[in-house]
Amino acid sequence: MISDGLVSAAYIAASVLFILSLGGLSNQESAKRAIWYGIVGMAIAVLATVMAPGVSNLLLVVLLVAVGGYAGQYVAKRVEMTEMPQLVAALHSFVGLAAVFIGLNADIELSNVRELLMQPGPVGELTGFSRTLALKDPVEVAILKVEVFLGIFIGAVTFTGSVVAFGKLAGRISAKPEKLPGGHALNAGAVALCLILGILYFNGAGIWTMLLVALIAGFLGWHLIMGIGGADMPVVVSMLNSYSGWAAAAIGFTLGNDLLIVTGALVGSSGAILSYIMCKAMNRSFVSVILGGFGATQSAAGEIEGEMIAIDAAGVAQALDDADSVVIVPGYGMAVAQAQQSVSELTKRLRAKGKTVRFAIHPVAGRLPGHMNVLLAEAKVPYDIVLEMDEINEDFPSTDVAIVIGSNDIVNPAAQEDPSSPIAGMPVLEVWRARQVFVSKRGQGTGYSGIENPLFYKDNTRMLYGDAKASVDALLGHLS
Amino acid sequence: MKIGAPKETYEGEARVALTPDSATQISKLGHTCLVESGAGERAGFTDDAYRQAGVEVVDGTEELWSRADVIVKVRPPTEDEAGRLGPDKTLISFFYPGQNEEMLNRVRDTGASVVAMDMVPRISRAQKMDALSSMANIAGYRAVIEAGNNFGRFFTGQVTAAGKVPPAKVLVIGAGVAGLSAIGTSVSLGAVVRAFDVRPEVAEQIESMGAEFLMLEFDEDQSGEGGYAKPASPEFIEKEMALFRQQAPEVDIVITTALIPGRPAPKLWPEEMVRLMKRGSVVVDLAAEQGGNCDLTVPGEKIVTDNGVTVVGYTDFPSRMATQSSTLYATNIRHMLTDLTPGKDGQIAHNMDDDVIRGATVAHGGEITFPPPKPKVQAIARAAPRAKPKELTPQERRAAELDTFRKATRFQVGILVAGALLMLIVGAFAPASFMSHFIVFVLACFVGFQVIWNVSHALHTPLMAVTNAISGIIIIGALLQIGSTSFLVILLASVSILIASINIVGGFLVTRRMLAMFEKS
Repeated sequence: MISDGLVSAAYIAASVLFILSLGGLSNQESAKRAIWYGIVGMAIAVLATVMAPGVSNLLLVVLLVAVGGYAGQYVAKRVEMTEMPQLVAALHSFVGLAAVFIGLNADIELSNVRELLMQPGPVGELTGFSRTLALKDPVEVAILKVEVFLGIFIGAVTFTGSVVAFGKLAGRISAKPEKLPGGHALNAGAVALCLILGILYFNGAGIWTMLLVALIAGFLGWHLIMGIGGADMPVVVSMLNSYSGWAAAAIGFTLGNDLLIVTGALVGSSGAILSYIMCKAMNRSFVSVILGGFGATQSAAGEIEGEMIAIDAAGVAQALDDADSVVIVPGYGMAVAQAQQSVSELTKRLRAKGKTVRFAIHPVAGRLPGHMNVLLAEAKVPYDIVLEMDEINEDFPSTDVAIVIGSNDIVNPAAQEDPSSPIAGMPVLEVWRARQVFVSKRGQGTGYSGIENPLFYKDNTRMLYGDAKASVDALLGHLS
Repeated sequence: MKIGAPKETYEGEARVALTPDSATQISKLGHTCLVESGAGERAGFTDDAYRQAGVEVVDGTEELWSRADVIVKVRPPTEDEAGRLGPDKTLISFFYPGQNEEMLNRVRDTGASVVAMDMVPRISRAQKMDALSSMANIAGYRAVIEAGNNFGRFFTGQVTAAGKVPPAKVLVIGAGVAGLSAIGTSVSLGAVVRAFDVRPEVAEQIESMGAEFLMLEFDEDQSGEGGYAKPASPEFIEKEMALFRQQAPEVDIVITTALIPGRPAPKLWPEEMVRLMKRGSVVVDLAAEQGGNCDLTVPGEKIVTDNGVTVVGYTDFPSRMATQSSTLYATNIRHMLTDLTPGKDGQIAHNMDDDVIRGATVAHGGEITFPPPKPKVQAIARAAPRAKPKELTPQERRAAELDTFRKATRFQVGILVAGALLMLIVGAFAPASFMSHFIVFVLACFVGFQVIWNVSHALHTPLMAVTNAISGIIIIGALLQIGSTSFLVILLASVSILIASINIVGGFLVTRRMLAMFEKS
């Protein structure tokens, strides 16, 4: 047992460590140290809480943490880097679910404590959370109820939303945006219903209101994310990340725990900033992403005349042989085909021949912010040749060969040239300014968003059809 | 069908329309190939080389023309050759139908199908058979070589033990295929290259080849159809001449390539300019065949003016590199045959609905099919007129800076005031215990916003994973509740602890795994 003062001290230490661990992600080297700050912070926080007065059932806690920890490390070891988006989404759902449960618990405890208080007896016999509850005055109880409501509402939206996002990212649910009849009206109705139930709850209605809120909010999360297309997943995942933080913060208020509040706020603002960056990278407002499917109401704008000219691996190899500077633009297609190792090998061989090889990463390439960087890092591509859009866009005119591997919208010149295009104004990688562009693509179809890409019809573009991995491997065969 | 290539009869013509390589490819279409004995001699292809490629070598012009169903050649047909055509024969060659009406009527009367390689529409799909481009490419290259041959200095600037050599200055007029090729060749020889074209949209291409684009400030758009230029207005020419007058004394080599289809070449380099040039300078006129861009050009010859400027007016640049030009031309012909043989079964299907074949065919089935309908696809997309950023005076710039500064200040102050008001409202109603937590919350959000902006884009995935692990802190909530007396609470708290620990351990481990992978080269 340690005193409350010591627990607070431990919480302060943990908060500082968490902040350091996020701040350390500003570059790759300091990040390797920063992760340990996070781990130590978490260990301190959990140990301090367990040893604080009023926590019982320790054996059960140890057992649960051991089982959960084992499952966690199993998943972390087994997951493929291409499956990161699914994993992150799945983990968000856990936080959401936990928030719902803890919120419900708080309400159950509250009514228990109230009953106890009706009977004569000293408050001093209560310990831990019950004690905190017992000491609250009526105004504080009202605020507690608001917090419980918020925690459950956000938690439930996060939970089902993350489950749907997981399903879409893992390919178990169709990635197309789908909506029930009624669409946004249905969502608005669900929110209104939750608010009414919340008001009932503040005025003394029982726990059934909160259960209903959990169910309705769960439906809302499911329906919201179902309506968002696969290409918008980076925004969705960052948004859910943010929600899981806010849910934790709301629970922190409920329990009067500053560490939960601090951490929740950190995570919440982190996710919010990521969502903002992703939206900016697509030149769309957050609201339009959340409320609208990308390819849902597509006009037939931008019919393109011309022909896509195919080329075989030997032709690409020839051009690469003659090139001095090469820029590779990876996209989701590379992740799907698991082609990152082959791309890395290609990079190695080209660099061995003395050519400048660099990678251009669009902020929304892939299905998770920074997804491509992780895949390339996994394949041992040195991170100092992996550049951001703003760093490399100016260099395309002096680039001999640009290779586009499985990306589409992020290299679509229509964003700049065609004001009627649905992606008009979105910042894109200007690959078409390179002397030659090769596009590795599965077939002639349009990409995720269903928008025609004039890049494929440009005079300096050649199409290398086929699975990205097979294409790059064939290319390697010609390059030895 | 039998594809036959006769020996070119035009004087000095060294090219041939069929090479052993192209014959091998053509035979894959199901055709057999014939070649007149000695046809490839001057382009470096011996009869034996043809035989090895499976081509039948035929003695005598007459026999070849009578046996072949499709005759492929370079130069337009002569009177004799036209006489050998018949309704069942197809001729593929350069034809220049616009300037050659008499011959057009002549071949129509024979009933033969005639495909003019110079009429292939300039669209992306037809690039592989665009013989004008492949010949122009060679001409541009050769123009630089001829210029170098007649120029007494290095192209590249050098500093040697024996003194300093300035780089040659080359001016290329007309940035079509030949012009761009000339630019590329001169640049790679080390010269300082400037280029001029009336079409502003080619500026980018010129600059991409490494030359400086001489800009003419003028509103008129000079782009004609099919990627060629159109004739210019007198005011425009006035400005153009002023620009050239400036350049003429400076440059050492001028290569002119300006052509307008179906018209004599525009006079862009009048005698006045030649007078202004330094002694020893060279003018190479690639438009000599159409009359020349330079007043002093004598088609087919090289002359030296009184002030020592050499004017090269050869009309046979591609033929001077017969091996290279035959190889490219034969490939263009081969692609045309591929399009004419869609079934790859050795049968010619003259599909007049096909844009490319329709465009190139000038006579078919006893009728003249020239001029063709306009191509549907534009060769080069028009460049949108670029809005020039207005030059700001220092005062204006300062005003603009001040304005943005004020706006930013106003925005920040606005946010702060709104935030403070919100705090006041919350503070007025909420109890103190809530406010203390609320302060912590607001500060944490603030710290979060400050910290996260610095996170590198490349580390966004690890960031998500680590925030995920940290949001497992919610386990503390469950830990605080598990000591409850209610079974339901214990159950729910247990589940929460279980899944939150999956989150914590899984999140941290996967982040560590990812971060360990980032390596510097």
